[in-house]
Amino acid sequence: MEFFQRALIGGVLIAAAGPLLGLFLVLRRLSMIGDTLSHVSVAGVAAGYLLGLGSPAAAGMAAALLATLAVERLRKAYKTYAELSIAIMMAGGIALASLLFSLDRGFGVNITSYLFGSIYTLDAADLIWIAVVTAVVLAAVVLQYKEWFLMTFDEDAAAVGGLPTRTLNLFMSVLTALVISVSIKIVGALLVSALLTIPAACGLLAARSFRQSVLLAVGIAEAAVLAGLLAAGFWNLAPGGTVVLLLIAILLAQLVIKRRHSL
Amino acid sequence: MTTGRIPDAGCHQPVIELTDVSFAYERRPIIEHLHFTVKERDFALLAGPNGAGKTTLLKLIVGLLEPDGGEVRLFGEPARRFRERERIGYVPQKNAFNPLFPATVREVVLSGLYGRRKLFRRLTRADHRKADDAMHALGIEDLAGKRIGMLSGGQQQRVFLARALVSSPALLILDEPTVGIDAETQDSFYHLIRHMHQHHNMTFLMVSHDRERLSSYLDDAPAAQAGRLRFYVRHSHDRDCAGTDLTHSLREYNRAAEEPALVR
Repeated sequence: MEFFQRALIGGVLIAAAGPLLGLFLVLRRLSMIGDTLSHVSVAGVAAGYLLGLGSPAAAGMAAALLATLAVERLRKAYKTYAELSIAIMMAGGIALASLLFSLDRGFGVNITSYLFGSIYTLDAADLIWIAVVTAVVLAAVVLQYKEWFLMTFDEDAAAVGGLPTRTLNLFMSVLTALVISVSIKIVGALLVSALLTIPAACGLLAARSFRQSVLLAVGIAEAAVLAGLLAAGFWNLAPGGTVVLLLIAILLAQLVIKRRHSL
Repeated sequence: MTTGRIPDAGCHQPVIELTDVSFAYERRPIIEHLHFTVKERDFALLAGPNGAGKTTLLKLIVGLLEPDGGEVRLFGEPARRFRERERIGYVPQKNAFNPLFPATVREVVLSGLYGRRKLFRRLTRADHRKADDAMHALGIEDLAGKRIGMLSGGQQQRVFLARALVSSPALLILDEPTVGIDAETQDSFYHLIRHMHQHHNMTFLMVSHDRERLSSYLDDAPAAQAGRLRFYVRHSHDRDCAGTDLTHSLREYNRAAEEPALVR
């Protein structure tokens, strides 16, 4: 398979999983979590290289999982300062990553490929990971649509109704960590959260119902990823940055149209 | 301690039993050694000044908080082990939901069914019909496709009441349901609540500051008092104990309703 085909497949998969989770995260006021987990994940990758682990990517995934559990705890313990603890963790993650990368000069990988992504270097194993994670996210959203809706709209009501809120929260957090760690190679740690949150923002702007906003977020992300990757390939631009800028352009266009309508 | 609870008729079963319940926030006691029982088809009003622990007590009852001491029982079972959660309708204090949340009225009302019982199950046509009936009964069926954040406070309150009623609960718990709603809407709201109490097999526990509005309905003297909390109770069976199918009579109710203020 051509590197560009692999890039397109990876992009299409992650453009479904990222915005799906992202919509729930944005509505639960956890927009920042994408940045935090991705930065901690890069620190995990760096640690993986330093320790000579077989799969630095798996180390990155483990770090993201640990971070997501920490965030979930902090969110419960300090309801009002949850954002602050998330911000601190984000800074800590990236600081640790840069420190670890500076410790060893012989990585043979460069930190920028983790910060900005390297979608053209996706290999078959990467694609399988991405496909598995995407399948799990899609299955979860389809099978637990009702429960996720209620958890997001009114977590107290979910608890009163007898839903296992703790398990559901944990499950959503774990999925978030998985999605982020597999997305890093595609758009890069610095831009992962854009792929989660901007399509959600677009969906929220245009949708009349919750169901519509889910579908719109995914549809817009797919369009932006396909168009962005093709444009980036054609003009030799940075793929992650092109996709994210396209998403922002879509959001701005929506805002302009909305304003026109309301005038 | 389950002695002395011999029901004299089928409809006097205890619905909420609070035995020696205590709760403290960071060592500051809010509720101390509270005893109270709400029986089937009671209308119980919980009153008291701000900070007396009204909302805290409701949260203890619905399981959002765990008591530090004592026991809460629901429908005769320890609350912690009570599994038929769909029998409880809960309308929390003025919902602090995100006004930009992209949910329609229909989506919110349906979510009243998304409890434990529906876990891993699909919504059926019957579920959608229940939502239709609940919206119809509260006069919000025309708003079904509107985003919840675009409604007025009174309309939103109706949506949340409809959400609580959609599962035909046996116990309805309301936390200051009329805060921030204009007087006229409040009147129709209380009218509706009273109607439901009189004609449906439902038990009510409501926190409210406006006891005057219900003074014709409730006794002047509190049935029980604990700390600064006061319980006013009206037990209602004008006719008999026979259970009424809620959704069915909710449907009838709206057809029979003549007062326009009640509907919109």
